[in-house]
Amino acid sequence: MDVVNQLQRQFIDYSASLHREGFLDDQFTQLQKLQDDNSPDFVVEVASLFFEDCEKLINNMARALEQQQGVDFKQVDASVHQLKGSSSSIGAMRVKDVCIAFRSFCEAQNREGCLRCLQQVTHEYSLLKNKLQTLFRLQQQILAAGGSIPVVE
Amino acid sequence: MGLKLQQSHHHQSVAVKGNEQMGTKRGYTFIQSNRDWLPKLILLWVMVMGFISTWIYKKMDADNNVRREEVLSSMCDQRARMLQDQFSVSVNHVHALALLVATFHYYKNPSAIDQETFAEYTARAAFERPLLSGVAYAETVVHSGREKFEKQHGWTIKTMQREPSRLRDEYAPVIFSQETISYIESLDMMSGEEDRENIVRARATGKAVLTSPFRLLGSHHLGVVLTFPVYKSKLPPKPTMEERIVATAGYLGGAIDVESLVENLLGQLAGNQAILVNVYDITNSSDPLVMYGHQNQDGDWAVVHESKLDFGDPFRKHQMICRYHQKAPTSWTALTNVFLFFVICLLVGYILYGAVIHIVKVEDDFREMQELKVRAEAADVAKSQFLGTVSHEIRTPMNGMLALLLDTDLSSTQRGYAQTAQVCGKALITLINEVIDRAKIEAGKLELETVPFNIRSIFDNVLSLFSEKSRNKGVEVSRDKTNRKPSLAVFVSDKVPEMVMGDLGRFRQIITNLVGNSVKFTERGHIFVKVHLAESTQPVADTKVETCLNGGSDEGLLISSACQFKTGYEAADERNSWDSFRHLVVDEELRYDAPINTIDEASRGFTLMVSVEDTGIGIPLIVQDRVFTPFMQADSSTSRNYGGTGIGLSITKCLVELMGGHISFISRPQVGSTFSFTTVFKRCNKASYNDTKKSIVELPSGFKGLKAIVVDGKPGKQNGHLFKLPKVILLAKNITNVELEKAKAAGFADTVIMKPMRASMAVACLQQVLGIGKKRQAGKDMLNGSPVLQGLLCGKKILVVDDNMAHQRVFAGALKKFGAAVECRESGKAALKLLQLPCCFYACFMDIQMPEMDGFEATHPIRMMESKANEQMNGGMDEDSGRKGEWHVPILAMTADVIHATYDAGLKCRMDGCVEAL
Repeated sequence: MDVVNQLQRQFIDYSASLHREGFLDDQFTQLQKLQDDNSPDFVVEVASLFFEDCEKLINNMARALEQQQGVDFKQVDASVHQLKGSSSSIGAMRVKDVCIAFRSFCEAQNREGCLRCLQQVTHEYSLLKNKLQTLFRLQQQILAAGGSIPVVE
Repeated sequence: MGLKLQQSHHHQSVAVKGNEQMGTKRGYTFIQSNRDWLPKLILLWVMVMGFISTWIYKKMDADNNVRREEVLSSMCDQRARMLQDQFSVSVNHVHALALLVATFHYYKNPSAIDQETFAEYTARAAFERPLLSGVAYAETVVHSGREKFEKQHGWTIKTMQREPSRLRDEYAPVIFSQETISYIESLDMMSGEEDRENIVRARATGKAVLTSPFRLLGSHHLGVVLTFPVYKSKLPPKPTMEERIVATAGYLGGAIDVESLVENLLGQLAGNQAILVNVYDITNSSDPLVMYGHQNQDGDWAVVHESKLDFGDPFRKHQMICRYHQKAPTSWTALTNVFLFFVICLLVGYILYGAVIHIVKVEDDFREMQELKVRAEAADVAKSQFLGTVSHEIRTPMNGMLALLLDTDLSSTQRGYAQTAQVCGKALITLINEVIDRAKIEAGKLELETVPFNIRSIFDNVLSLFSEKSRNKGVEVSRDKTNRKPSLAVFVSDKVPEMVMGDLGRFRQIITNLVGNSVKFTERGHIFVKVHLAESTQPVADTKVETCLNGGSDEGLLISSACQFKTGYEAADERNSWDSFRHLVVDEELRYDAPINTIDEASRGFTLMVSVEDTGIGIPLIVQDRVFTPFMQADSSTSRNYGGTGIGLSITKCLVELMGGHISFISRPQVGSTFSFTTVFKRCNKASYNDTKKSIVELPSGFKGLKAIVVDGKPGKQNGHLFKLPKVILLAKNITNVELEKAKAAGFADTVIMKPMRASMAVACLQQVLGIGKKRQAGKDMLNGSPVLQGLLCGKKILVVDDNMAHQRVFAGALKKFGAAVECRESGKAALKLLQLPCCFYACFMDIQMPEMDGFEATHPIRMMESKANEQMNGGMDEDSGRKGEWHVPILAMTADVIHATYDAGLKCRMDGCVEAL
């Protein structure tokens, strides 16, 4: 019982820190609440979808921005829009924030800014991925120990 | 509508015709078919009776006559016999005299008798011979001895003519005679021809002989002369005729006055006035000689009796003929009897005739009344149909009006008015629906459908509907006294299956009616709905202990703290009281592990027993027997005080009976009423349950297995709905706005559950507390509050179109949480394929920005398609003008852009709303 309690406290602390540091926002909490007996892996599922999506989009954008001349800003913009939508769906606040900046650069057709933003997005994305994976691991541990995942306010 | 009315009229006339045919067939009795013959029949009857009476009269008369004849014959015979006797007595006396003469005149010598002695003796012995006017003795004198004889007596023999006799062989002069006839002394008896014959006959036979009747010399009466022979010597024992003739010494004769004899005789007998007696000498049968009586006397010749008379003379024949003096009198008794009989027959005939006429009249009246009845019924049906049709015609536009009433932006005052109008309109529609139901039931067109549904959620819904009303009422009636308001509770036995097959709408209507009535008439106390199985094999009264069950072991808490149920008010039917309720729960606990024969139960239907108990004003005893009559309320003041039309209960009764059950009630005025009804439902088999599960309003099962503590001062209110521990939910029976504010301030914001506890309310509240499904929606379809959303989305198919997989997944998850069946598509094109008509989606959420075809582009063709289809349909049907087109899938745009332009663009493309996606 102690182990479970400990893990649960750890889980709560960790997710609180994620919220505090702005990696995640309220939307993620909503997602957690949507998870129930009928769809036990809902959050993980959505997250993995998000990761796949992100990687694809980041690669797309990277490829588009590699060209020295004639960058297809429209295509980049579309990708950024997608990314923004996805990140807002999952509640990845920091990724979403970067995306907003990214789009303004795209509209301005500023390649330098775009590249900088792409780097930022990649960074934020990998950070988030790590953090979330840690979080999911914690969840699994709690479940394995027989506890229930506490709800974070 | 005109067409409809015509049709109904046609139908009705057919019904009338059918009835008429039936009526004539039934009324075609023997009497009816022969009614024209009735007067002839009565005439015939009278005639027949007349004949019968005559016949009877005749028969009686004949009997009378026979009797008369018998009387006559017996009288006649009697007279004849007596006459004969008297006559023979006289003959015997003459015989005795003859012997006397023989003895003293011939056997004595000298003779002891002379004329003097004879005269004296006969005179003195005359009393013995009253009928004989006189006797005389004539001696036989042969011609040779005539002179000696004449000398001896001193006189000559004379003939009857008193002349000296001529010469003859033999003489028979009278020598002795009674003084009365002394004039015949010395007369020769043989001088008369007839006398001579008599004398010859007498001496030959030795017996008395008679002459034919003649008028006697003295009295002029008819008489006969009796002649007896006197023999000289004693005769041998069997003398021959010659011996007799030789031995003859003389003849004793006497004149018998027959007329006096018969007169005397008749005078001695009774009834001589009634009959006429004639005596005849019929020796010569062709010419009877009258001996007595008048030949031409009047008398009844119809009845005549002849009696033979034997006066001892074998050569003479006599007879007596008797007849009645008067004709047979008319038999008054017979006549009276017959007359009475005839009168009685006439009366009987008259009575029968009257009865038949009456029957005919009654039958005519009956037929007429039947016809009138049929017409009245037809009129009633027509009225009902008219009412139904008109109600239907009113309902359709009314629905349209109500739907449109609050559709636009209104100022607060306008909205207030419009809301009032809507409430009124809804009340009106409810009334109209009742009328339509009534009409349908009367027309027999109400058909029950069979769909699976959840009984508990029905009760939950209905109670939520009325909890508001009863709460308001409680507040209005007595704001100051906390306990003076009805509390609502429902109790469903665990044995009642969760899903049943039946008519959801009608069942709900029944419950609504009964609970509605209870709420309407109850101002304090409680309204308690109890649902349990009634086993069909046992009478209802017995089954309550067996079947009224509560939900098993998790009710232990409830039982342990059981106290007086609810409000402490007495209920009309003590069966439902809390004590028995608790007893049942305990009882159920004890035998909880009893095996249940599920195989048997699954295959057949079962009877559900529902009772609604209230502590209201009750129903007055006088009107209890017409509670289920349409338009009948307890009294006219009821409708003034409580409103309503009074057809609710009659509809309820019809519905219950349609559902194969029956309804009854127990009510005590000022104490309360308990309405109980049974319905038959089929058990829901699994296959159909699974098929239809998605379209059913049901309570989420997500709370199964969670534990909860229900804190309430009064047990019995909770039905085992459970809450997560860390959340504190305030349960309030009745809460004012001030209290609500206070509670919110204390941290119970949005977590107040109003009682009565309802499952869906609990769910909604829990969802709110747990923060599930928070969504912000823009547009008209937006509704705040999860329970509404729950009801709105549950079981509905919703299409989500988004190219962003993560977003799509999240959105789908959120919608699924509310029970929606979600389909996902990744592009506008794929969505378009799914939205081809006819489509079954309740709504479509569509992302605006998508590759290939965006939301706007996808919406356009859908709308085109729909309007085309609607045009085709509306061409044929004008009735639905109140509604918008039949086909219209609400399409909601999803976008992260909250710029108004996008929203407007969406509306231009005839999207229905806009959701701000995160």
